[in-house]
Amino acid sequence: MNEGISGKVLHRAADEGRKALVAYYPVGFPTVPGSLDVLRTLCGEGDAPGADLIEIGLPYSDPVMDGVVIQRAGTRALERGVRTRDVFTAVEAVAATGTVPVVMTYWNLVDRYGVEAFARDLAAAGGAGLITPDLVPDEASDWFAASDAHGLDRIFLVSPSSSDERIEQTAAACRGWLYATAVMGVTGTRSAASSAAPELLRRIRSLAPDTLVGVGLGISNGDQAAQVAQYADAAIVGSAFVKAMLAADDAGTPGDRGGVAAVLDDLVEGVRR
Amino acid sequence: MSLPDAAGHYDIFGGKYVPEALYAALTQLEAEFDKAMGDAEFWRELDDLRRNYSGRPTPLTEAKRFAQHCGNAIVLLKREDLNHTGSHKINNVLGQALLTKRMGKTRVIAETGAGQHGVATATAAALLGLECRVYMGKVDTDRQALNVARMQLLGAEVIAVESGSQTLKDAMNDAMRDWVASVDDTHYLIGTVAGPHPFPKMVREFQRVISTEAKAQVQERFGRLPDAVTACVGGGSNAMGMFADFLDDPSVALYGFEAGGDGVETGRHASAIFGGSVGVLHGMRTYILQDADGQTLESHSISAGLDYPGVGPEHSWLAATGRAHYEPVTDAEAMEAFGLLTRTEGIMPAIESAHAAAGAIRLGKRLAQDDPDARPIIVICLSGRGDKDVDTAIRWFGIDGSVDDTVGGEQ
Repeated sequence: MNEGISGKVLHRAADEGRKALVAYYPVGFPTVPGSLDVLRTLCGEGDAPGADLIEIGLPYSDPVMDGVVIQRAGTRALERGVRTRDVFTAVEAVAATGTVPVVMTYWNLVDRYGVEAFARDLAAAGGAGLITPDLVPDEASDWFAASDAHGLDRIFLVSPSSSDERIEQTAAACRGWLYATAVMGVTGTRSAASSAAPELLRRIRSLAPDTLVGVGLGISNGDQAAQVAQYADAAIVGSAFVKAMLAADDAGTPGDRGGVAAVLDDLVEGVRR
Repeated sequence: MSLPDAAGHYDIFGGKYVPEALYAALTQLEAEFDKAMGDAEFWRELDDLRRNYSGRPTPLTEAKRFAQHCGNAIVLLKREDLNHTGSHKINNVLGQALLTKRMGKTRVIAETGAGQHGVATATAAALLGLECRVYMGKVDTDRQALNVARMQLLGAEVIAVESGSQTLKDAMNDAMRDWVASVDDTHYLIGTVAGPHPFPKMVREFQRVISTEAKAQVQERFGRLPDAVTACVGGGSNAMGMFADFLDDPSVALYGFEAGGDGVETGRHASAIFGGSVGVLHGMRTYILQDADGQTLESHSISAGLDYPGVGPEHSWLAATGRAHYEPVTDAEAMEAFGLLTRTEGIMPAIESAHAAAGAIRLGKRLAQDDPDARPIIVICLSGRGDKDVDTAIRWFGIDGSVDDTVGGEQ
């Protein structure tokens, strides 16, 4: 697999003898400026280590792969006026810290912006590529052309239900790394570790041996991240951060990033065990 | 070439914009559906249910008094309202429920707006011994409590969806989320010709019976084809069923009437084709209502069954090619037709179907202007009955259920 831009980040973590931490957070919640602060926190304050790769979410009215936590934050962000163009501001803010950003978005928002224009503006802002939860390679011809033209990574998803053939095809379509969903379900924190993830990873390793693989869905703490780090190249965490910021928003202290920092510290330690 | 293509595209429309997690289930469904289409045993079973359970073939009723308001047209009603459970929805549900059994799945989930599809699904689940859960927007469960109870009596579990706009589109989102997690033992029984491939094609084939019957009935009685057929379009399943067997008859004009709400110009409507733009929603590329960024806009219609911000991809294709025509009908026009059909024919249509009746009035008058000597035949797909809409009608017409007079009292 071509490691692209974001795959290098995973390799760099491996060079340090550990696995990478990918942190998801949506732009626009609690506000656009507030989300930029959270994203900077996730990059690591001062000399403290943060996430290796930042996955910036773009809120969407109909997020079918997201559980209630991310849905709720997205709904509030939209009510408070977040726009597609704000994601490029967020990408710039993350890139300015030296941490590599990718964007996670449902396809209609890219389609509406214009696939070529979105790729151009994402690359110009310093973004590494896109994670596309509702776009499979079969429907992605425009995105292949635009991502090639602008040197962007394409991170597609595979799931425990994917056939061997589709795992091979999807891995081949990716640039950067492959996103493996740990469970059959939507985003959200889960208390139990996934039993499907190790088996899915075993299949990916045998079908597409040189593929970098991040595992997401249900991972929320250091113990779970450490567990995933045993078999994957990266652990992806989202809802746990969003949950902390929802709690701050509900408490009337939307600027309080203490909860996010605590979750982050635990995860940063987890992928280094 | 017959459409859709192998990947479910109608030119630029349709396709499979879905999480990878659902891909395997869609592939399995497609294979099972294709196999069933060529299996005489499947058709024998489905035909038996259609005939002896649902009550098909449904009659074709000439609406002579109503026709007096439609220029010089001969107006025929395809009586899908006489199906078991009161609408065309059962046609699709029986087909998909049989497929569910063939796939070895034991549970069905469904989305519903007004409750017609939810009731039909709960009915088929009861008949075939399937577990059933129906997702319904919180706004709709509040205004359709009777249908919630009806589904529960049929043994289904009803879940109110409180996310997003709390209506049909959000019910569809949550049914998708359920399906991603439960796909091993669960079939998502989509109620219309929308969603990812193969749903638009499959639902069309299960609804095709409407036009197959209507075409034969018109030919038998009038010795010719109709000049036009009309149907209401929300997601578009009764319209696709009404159009399917006439697509290759160029002399038959096809008219779909979308919900115009307060009027397309007010922004409060559900006319995805007439007043929307091309985008991706619920697994398909099609006309949708969206803002400048591609966020889905809320639709508005007096009819809960048409209150959906998208439309089946084949309708988008038929509109783009010009084979079918799509026009909006406002709440006011639909309710006027609702009252008129009820009083002139003794047939109370669902408010959804009243949109098709209103469209026929408009079309009949237009045809009479174009050619005063012609006696065109217009078939209206009367997709459902209006019992469920009496509450809405009471409010609309300002009647309150009180009697006109009393007799036999003390004074």
